Amino acid sequence: MTSSWQVILDAVPVLLEGSLITLKIVSISLAIAFVIGLISGLMSTSSNKLLRVPALFYVDLIRGTPLLVQVFFIYLGLPVFLDIRIPAEAAGIAAISLNAGAYISEIFRGGINSIHRGQMEAARSLGMSRYLTMRLVILPQAIRRMTPAFVNQVIVSIKDTSLLSVIGIRELTQSGEIIIAENFRAFEIWGVVGIFYFIIIYALSWLARRLERRFAVK
Amino acid sequence: MKKIGSLLVTALLALSISACGTTADQTAGTSPDAAKSGEGTKKYVFGTDATYPPFEFEKDGKYVGIDVELINAIAKEEGFEVELKPMDFKGIIPAITAKQLDGAIAGISITEERKQVVALSEPYYKAGLSLVVREDNTEIKGPDDLKGKVIAIKKGTTGAKQADELAKKHGAQVKYFDDSPAMFQEVVNKNADVTIEDYPVVSYKIAVDPASKLKIVGDRLNGDFYGIAVSKDNTELMKKINDGLKKVKDSGKLDEIINKYMKSESK
Repeated sequence: MTSSWQVILDAVPVLLEGSLITLKIVSISLAIAFVIGLISGLMSTSSNKLLRVPALFYVDLIRGTPLLVQVFFIYLGLPVFLDIRIPAEAAGIAAISLNAGAYISEIFRGGINSIHRGQMEAARSLGMSRYLTMRLVILPQAIRRMTPAFVNQVIVSIKDTSLLSVIGIRELTQSGEIIIAENFRAFEIWGVVGIFYFIIIYALSWLARRLERRFAVK
Repeated sequence: MKKIGSLLVTALLALSISACGTTADQTAGTSPDAAKSGEGTKKYVFGTDATYPPFEFEKDGKYVGIDVELINAIAKEEGFEVELKPMDFKGIIPAITAKQLDGAIAGISITEERKQVVALSEPYYKAGLSLVVREDNTEIKGPDDLKGKVIAIKKGTTGAKQADELAKKHGAQVKYFDDSPAMFQEVVNKNADVTIEDYPVVSYKIAVDPASKLKIVGDRLNGDFYGIAVSKDNTELMKKINDGLKKVKDSGKLDEIINKYMKSESK
């Protein structure tokens, strides 16, 4: 019987590849989610009902259904309806983007609402447009307050990508499953997969804390 | 702050645009393959399980196994290309009906229910199910000993169907899993008493993994035949598969492939 260390050593290159796919999917998805979240968050703080209602509906819809169901819906459901083929990676990125986008939308809404409305009034009375006030006064402050919540969402999304193993994306979790199918070493492999996730997330948290300190209001 | 803000926005925009680019490329990349018959060979996407030795699994970064070699042999005979796409077994048939896959080879038993939604090829292997318990289990010797026991099974398999029937008949409880390794682990960890799996898969596992702590009990249950699944309206591909399968069978290549992975099997 091969030793545990040998089993782990053999698994590392495959798991590294899986980690790279996890990171790739997460970074693409979060970039898209940030844009979706910003737009939807701004819409949901608007006083115009036509903007606010669709944004809130989107958030409720995504928050009200499990991500796994969203993944299956996009990958296995939509193609039947639209009669097209959606590659697994595109479906995975779409699911994570839409999912994280809804939560980031709420982070933006909370951040914007946390800025005293007096600031909007003050800027407007100085003759600044609503858009300019948002961009130059409200958002810069709101984004600072949002940082911890945003970092949290990034971490949640990294872990959420493990769900994409069900549609055959070779991210970190699926890589682990495939190795175990060959060598049946559940203890060693799931242990190492866990350590890999931990390292990725810990490195990110560390980086985020440093950035937060740099941007902190002095 | 303003500078940082605009920098951030620019960076994000650039990122998401390039991201959309990749996604679009991928969308464009897969589907027209089938249409690109003009230049070179046709390429079909086949789903597989990848966690199912000896039929399909990964060794040193390559997909190997009976199913993998068989589909490649058929593709060679019929002059098409195969792209294997590993995924959860329970998602494979839905993915074919959703046209996400052209077909699948994953130790798929030929059943009436499956024939309703996908086309299945001529049979290429007779599997048969076995009851599997932890090696120190002396209580369970056959289906009649299942009363009050916990059966671990894999979702969407014929073994699962069999387990449901046995559970109803003998008063056992069924627990569902996504892949075979998880299901075996459940029995090893004593969270389930027994599992039902295709005989060759268990016998392979026990032969390759001396620490498996598992044993087969009782006789083989009903014998299912494995077939290759193809999207129902793709009669062209189905014909190629059946023709190719016949050639591979007649030439003795199929037996050769099976024997290569079944050295451990006594029968």
